[in-house]
Amino acid sequence: MRKVYMDHAGAMPLLPEVLEAMLPYLNEIFGNPQSLHSWGDGARDAVEEARERVASLIGGSAEEIIFTASGTEANNLAIKGLARAKAEKGKHIIISAIEHFSVMNSARTLQKEGFEVTYIPVDGFGTVDPDEISRNIRSDTVLVSIMHANGEVGTVEPIAEIAKKFPEGGPVFHTDAVASTGNIPVDVKALGVHALSLAGNQFYGPKGSAALWLKRGVRILPLMDGGIQEGGRRPGTEDVPAIVGLGKAAELAQKDLPSRMQKLTHLRDSLINGVLSQIEHSILTGHPVQRLPHYASFCLKFIEGEAILMLLNSHGIAAASGSACTSRALKASHVLLAMGISHEVAQGSILFSLGLDNSGDDVTYILEKLPQVVDRLRQMSPLYSKFIKAQKG
Amino acid sequence: MLVYSEKVMQHFMNPHNVGEIPDADGVGEIGNPVCGDMMTFYIKVKDNRLEDVKYKTFGCGAAIAVSSIVSDMVKGKTLEEALEVTPSMVARELEGLPKNKFHCSNLGAQALRKAIRNYAIKNKIDIQGLTDKEEPEEEDEHACET
Repeated sequence: MRKVYMDHAGAMPLLPEVLEAMLPYLNEIFGNPQSLHSWGDGARDAVEEARERVASLIGGSAEEIIFTASGTEANNLAIKGLARAKAEKGKHIIISAIEHFSVMNSARTLQKEGFEVTYIPVDGFGTVDPDEISRNIRSDTVLVSIMHANGEVGTVEPIAEIAKKFPEGGPVFHTDAVASTGNIPVDVKALGVHALSLAGNQFYGPKGSAALWLKRGVRILPLMDGGIQEGGRRPGTEDVPAIVGLGKAAELAQKDLPSRMQKLTHLRDSLINGVLSQIEHSILTGHPVQRLPHYASFCLKFIEGEAILMLLNSHGIAAASGSACTSRALKASHVLLAMGISHEVAQGSILFSLGLDNSGDDVTYILEKLPQVVDRLRQMSPLYSKFIKAQKG
Repeated sequence: MLVYSEKVMQHFMNPHNVGEIPDADGVGEIGNPVCGDMMTFYIKVKDNRLEDVKYKTFGCGAAIAVSSIVSDMVKGKTLEEALEVTPSMVARELEGLPKNKFHCSNLGAQALRKAIRNYAIKNKIDIQGLTDKEEPEEEDEHACET
């Protein structure tokens, strides 16, 4: 059976060059970067080289990079660490309604600590209105966090425009760029932010490799107490192989970004156009233009996401869904609901996230199988038969 | 897709008795698309037996497999026998369901019960096991939050 992997948002394979770069650090170069001997030197040089490469990818400086073990950790560090560091100045923070759980739940924790949280709504495309943010900034607002690109529908937010509307000496501005970094151009100066989260596993680096970029001079409190690693802001012995892998992935992403984007955009658009033209009652979720080049996300009406995934899997196709049944908590995606999509329609959500390993044949195969899957589930859906009967009058 | 038993996968991949009965003697609908599952059961009754059972289901793999197995379990049974089917029996017949999908087995049993009740009301008859059990016997532990 043909196999088509289109769940790159969930996990990506390592590029061979990344794996190759990592291997020596899992083996012969095992030293602790903090050690004062030649074993330590080899590891330390590799970590610092990776720091340069990650900084270069996003237009920052090496000393502004704090390595973490996941995008979730980078977001936790940013939200809690930045807000707590400024708690004496004020206890109000602003986030959007479609943030990742690591931001959402960090904000909830701050709420329990006495912070007030304002949630900025999004429009039907999942886009935040920059004016809505500046309107909500108060004298006691210490942190604003708006994601650069959404990880469920791929909408890219107008971060630079938001930053331009910040008042002089205003709050710290953080952006969760986990879904975007390495996939579209990300430049901290152009975006105008003070802090940015990124994760290597979203651009062909290893899982467990991530970083928070923090502009020089911005204060942050660490989440953990420990030694002096990462300037004391993120203590713990460095995961050298993961950091090296992240550095290599950053280097490759920077070099290949234009060609990657061109290839993926082309595949994505043929998939989007194919689905919308071949499957009745299907809608594209997220922004039609301001979207990640590898995201094709839809809601297919009258059917449910988990059942779609199971039937696709039986055809060797991997995708993802934000339906209630696919989440362990049995709750529909807060992102789709915030975009004004009804619970019922959100149940039929499906995300194909493309990767460099995909080809035009993969898209063709999905466009052959998906309509069959949808048709089969609709034939047994009471919602569909009701709809058809109502249409007939 | 290892969360489901082989039996669930069999019924999901090849569900039995899918469809509608246009001149059904009883129809029962349960669930809510908002929560992710909705089932409509259709029954045809002859000589107090379920001569035919069909259904339409909107929902996850478990919901579809539950509908299929419930239809298998009760087809040909007397109404009284069919009413004895409990969610636990449905789950057992499917060789287990993941904990957070157990409510699907509840839905299957309830939808069938509703179809039989609909038949009883239409025909103004009393069926043992129905009148004294107006409410579902097992609380839905995943009550849908909206």
